[in-house]
Amino acid sequence: MRKLFGGLSIVLLIGATTIAGALYATQPTMPHGAMAQMHVSEQSFSQVERGRYLTTVGDCAACHTDTQGGAPFGGGRAIETPFGLVLAPNITPDRETGIGGWSDAEFANALQHGVSKDGHMLYPAMPYVYYTKAHRSDINAIRAYLSTVTPVHNKVVANQLPFPFNIRLAMRAWNALYFRAGGFQQDTAQNADWNRGAYLVQSLEHCGACHTPKSVLGGDKTSEAFQGYAIQGWFAPNITGDMRRGIGTWSVDDIVVYLQTGHNKQAAASGPMAEEVDQSSSRMPVDDLRAMAVYLKSIPGQDDSVKPLDASDPMMQAGRAIYDDSCAACHKTNGAGIAGLFPTLRAAPAVQSREATSLMRVVLDGAKSAATDKAPTGAAMPSYAWQLDDAQVAAVLTYIRNAWGNQAPAVSASEVASMRANLMTQPN
Amino acid sequence: MRNLHRRELLATSAFILFGSTFARAGIIQGSLPWAPGAGAPPIRVLPGPWHFFTPAEGRAVEALVDRMIPPDPETPGGRDAGCAVFIDRQLAGPYGRSEGLYVSGPFRTGTKQQGAQSPLTPAMQYRKALAEIDAYCKATYGGRTFADVEDSEKDKIIGALETGELKLSGVDPKVFFTTLLKNTREGFFGDPIYGGNRDMVAWKMIGFPGARYDYSDWIDRHNERYPHPPIGITGAPSWSPR
Amino acid sequence: MRKLPHKDVVIIGLGWTGSIMAHGLADAGLDVIAIERGPWRDTATDYPPSYAPDEYRYRIQHELFLRPAQTTFTFRNTMKQDALPIRSWGAFMPPNGVGGGGVHWNAEMWRFAPTDFVIKTHLTERYGEKFLPEDMTIQDWGVTYDEIEPYYDKFEYLCGTSGTAGNIKGQIMPGGNPFEGPRSRAYPTPAQKQPYNATLFAKAATDLGYKPFPQPSGNMSQAYTNPLGVEMGPCTFCGYCEWFGCGNYSKSSPQTTILPVLVRQQNFTARDNCEVTRILLDASGKRATGVVFVDTSGEEWEQPADMVLLCAYTIFNVQLLMLSGVGKIYDPVADEGTIGRNFTHQTVGTATGFFDPKKFIFNPFIASGAIGMCIDEFNSDNFDHGPLGFVGGGYMGQVQTNGRPIETTPVPPGTPTWGAKWKQAVKENYQSTVYSGSGVHGSFYSYRDVYLDLDPVYKDRLGRPLLRITMDLHDNELKMSAYLTDKYAEIIKAMGAQMVVKKPRTGPYDVAEYQTTHLCGGAIMGTDPKTSAVNRYLQSWDVPNLFVLGASSFPQNHGYNPTGTLAALAYWSLEAIKTQYLKNPGPLVHA
Repeated sequence: MRKLFGGLSIVLLIGATTIAGALYATQPTMPHGAMAQMHVSEQSFSQVERGRYLTTVGDCAACHTDTQGGAPFGGGRAIETPFGLVLAPNITPDRETGIGGWSDAEFANALQHGVSKDGHMLYPAMPYVYYTKAHRSDINAIRAYLSTVTPVHNKVVANQLPFPFNIRLAMRAWNALYFRAGGFQQDTAQNADWNRGAYLVQSLEHCGACHTPKSVLGGDKTSEAFQGYAIQGWFAPNITGDMRRGIGTWSVDDIVVYLQTGHNKQAAASGPMAEEVDQSSSRMPVDDLRAMAVYLKSIPGQDDSVKPLDASDPMMQAGRAIYDDSCAACHKTNGAGIAGLFPTLRAAPAVQSREATSLMRVVLDGAKSAATDKAPTGAAMPSYAWQLDDAQVAAVLTYIRNAWGNQAPAVSASEVASMRANLMTQPN
Repeated sequence: MRNLHRRELLATSAFILFGSTFARAGIIQGSLPWAPGAGAPPIRVLPGPWHFFTPAEGRAVEALVDRMIPPDPETPGGRDAGCAVFIDRQLAGPYGRSEGLYVSGPFRTGTKQQGAQSPLTPAMQYRKALAEIDAYCKATYGGRTFADVEDSEKDKIIGALETGELKLSGVDPKVFFTTLLKNTREGFFGDPIYGGNRDMVAWKMIGFPGARYDYSDWIDRHNERYPHPPIGITGAPSWSPR
Repeated sequence: MRKLPHKDVVIIGLGWTGSIMAHGLADAGLDVIAIERGPWRDTATDYPPSYAPDEYRYRIQHELFLRPAQTTFTFRNTMKQDALPIRSWGAFMPPNGVGGGGVHWNAEMWRFAPTDFVIKTHLTERYGEKFLPEDMTIQDWGVTYDEIEPYYDKFEYLCGTSGTAGNIKGQIMPGGNPFEGPRSRAYPTPAQKQPYNATLFAKAATDLGYKPFPQPSGNMSQAYTNPLGVEMGPCTFCGYCEWFGCGNYSKSSPQTTILPVLVRQQNFTARDNCEVTRILLDASGKRATGVVFVDTSGEEWEQPADMVLLCAYTIFNVQLLMLSGVGKIYDPVADEGTIGRNFTHQTVGTATGFFDPKKFIFNPFIASGAIGMCIDEFNSDNFDHGPLGFVGGGYMGQVQTNGRPIETTPVPPGTPTWGAKWKQAVKENYQSTVYSGSGVHGSFYSYRDVYLDLDPVYKDRLGRPLLRITMDLHDNELKMSAYLTDKYAEIIKAMGAQMVVKKPRTGPYDVAEYQTTHLCGGAIMGTDPKTSAVNRYLQSWDVPNLFVLGASSFPQNHGYNPTGTLAALAYWSLEAIKTQYLKNPGPLVHA
């Protein structure tokens, strides 16, 4: 299950369209063989190779490949939205069920303006609000690469949603509010690394899709870009240069190693980020990762420090007892963890995040950290749902958020209770 | 298989724990199997009526375990520590049915070195032996059951089971004594989650810290008493905010 | 029976040897499938720190082991007796599931001594042929210490082994075992810190003129990243190690050293909960064509393959060879046949020391699986056996792995087994007793009448005959155990014990009493196809595309834990397969 888009209220206003419905080619223009041949012959090898790389950067396969043994880019993966599931479409060059019949311009229009070949407005689970900033040459390269993948005949009936969520018209209103078409603008005051990083982060990498807070309508709050957002049961943490909640204390190398391996000496990627590392950033060259790190660290944080809870607080005392007895065997009594294996909790941005969504989830459900060729271990956190009650989960999280110099709001038993209820009803 | 479903993982553990149903065969490729919430945590024994024992059997076993491990001023005896509850729940479960053991015949008497060969499950052993012991007591002590005879008489009877002097019909007294002693100690010293060792009394008695997992700071503190109280699998009172 | 697509290699059992071979051969580009009888197991899902420390479940109820209902063995002491089935496990604990014994072992990481590999030659040269008992059937291994030293090293570095080297390239190192064979380099991580009882043992041993050293340990003294890139954490001395899985990635196991990399290999697949029921041979009987396995629904599958690697636990290896008709089953009367011969175990003794409770607090629960201080003066042929009238020996040490109270509440002799006096004695002695389960870890040499064959009466759930164990302790081993236990008790006494209770191994061999899980032999390696089942590369003499890994290949068992050696032999065999066999499939040794 891929979860990309949050915010329940958006549904009420605009309903939902379906990605596949929008991208589905209805008007074949040319026999399939001829089309495929034309693309291959027209495109140079280097463009295809660049496209292959950019497709990895954009992590297209993540949504457009069914994890239950589906062919690459063959579509069919369920994308969870607050009102139900939509299925990602087939983007192989199959003429009938894929995008083999699309022109490059139609392809670019879909990626960069959210309008499909037949004029449907795309649902913004397709990150066109970010892809719009990509250079057209990059979009063309992606298209060139996708034209070379094995065509798969797989008709995806994307719109699984009942009325009224299938109303597409409202997308126009939404776009008017949140979509700004147009390419990436260089900042001449910054160096080339910064600009390259900013371009990747803002466009194809679409980091903001998860990490930027959203309005009630699900649009990006651009003034709070990259300051963290709770999305479908995970909190995509603050990735600005903020020294407490962001990654300001991480060196550029720390960030590069994290994106490359899923681990660094402080932290481990799990949940959707583990998937992103596996599918995308672990396959990117160091130069691009370094550029992204430079850019992200330059984004100013927002000082919203909270007074830490006193150690004598009953929650802190119970939390400390649980921590020392249950958590210290891996994360160590002083919260230092073990580099590469057990994340550091002391001075950790993810631990001090504004919302404790991911923390609650990880304690209740457990979590598997990213496994990559460079860091294959993929250690997992066990589930504590059977052992700790809501008050105990709240206590231990409150403790780690306020121990060792950490500062973050307390976690309440009722928050834990609702997370527990959500996890029980959510499909794996 | 990229994601093993929680259900399958649970089925796997069910076999491990109970030995009766097979886990489903699976294929593993690409990544380590993992699923949210996966695991096979133990199931807590809850207080309440006997699951296996009849009321008379329950009284007899409580009396037996309370003589095997008698109360003293500092530490409760076997009964108040929950040993009888532990044994009851075990006999009602896979252990009582010899689940997972090799129970095919023929059953022959062998040497001591060949190990136990009885066709009786632990549950059957208890049922027969307890009835026999009460019958013996009624006949010998004026109609009183084991639970009702004097402590000194109880001790004499247990001693006679241990030596095999007290003959029981259909069950070897020494074998039953060995099983009872083993189960009583298991209940006394096992994790409280299984119904015995109530409030971790047995662990407190000897200074065993229980289900702790980290003595990194203590490995080189030699000849010094470990100061922290025991914790069980389900934690300790200090875990709940007050 | 349904037939699956062909594979280059099928591996039976995914424990230590199966994992090592699977990784090496997949790495060499072969298409490998491993078939494991038990379930997949992993740290966070099967033995997390939250419920791993459960003595009743794991130690008493045997959670991680095979269920006898699935298959068991019959046992008798002598050929004159009728064998009876082992209905619940006692003397040894057959592993089950991915990781095999590597999940629940202590991680005691030893190398055999150089003379152990040429024991027959060595003892004969030193003491004369007549010194050995007539029915003793010990053999040289066909491989030397020097040949497999690089592979010991490889396994120790895979596992991050914590220890103090005693002999680096011939130079004796302070603090290590001066009797060990030369090693090419130091252990990858320093020795673990030692608890009070072990430091007292080391001091007493030094005072008596011995050279104590820390037990080499697969429990990590510090975080470690192995050559495959897999990371382990430091051991936290929880005292729930052997019989248990490790909850914090600090005990070396296939899970914590190989499997994360193995599963990423595109040409590797594993099937769990599938039991191989026989190795298939072609009409000539000289070539394996694959295996048959049964899944949990009872369905039979054929997995064809070019090579078959038998990587199960010792006696399951032997059983599968017999049930598949590979080689000839050993007949002790005619002294013919190779499958089932030279079956051995371990001769374990110990001594318990009771100390003054007012002066000693040992905190016995603070321990790892392979912690403690040892001496090697009485192992192998490190001492003159001439006046003693026996051969063999063992390491000894204060290796106390736990203070779990169902198992480890020793009371002085004469204490009643129940009642107020027992309770009082438990309370008084718990903190002040040293109790090392296998303090004296003696060798178990091979004999003509200690062997394996198929039982004529008892069957498993699939209707196959159970394997029959005929085993007893011989005078040589009993004398050895008595002598070593005396020496051991002297050290315990010198630690300051008020009372020492000696427990040398005594006969007859008792299948109901736990000794170790170090069953060895039955499909032994050697240089002569008449007296060994596999050649020096663990390749079957009878079926050259079948390799039989594990301790089943040990011609006799020596005075150390077997895992280091069986893993080194796996790497040795792997190297031969990669560099010789794959280029020219066929017998690697022509006898």
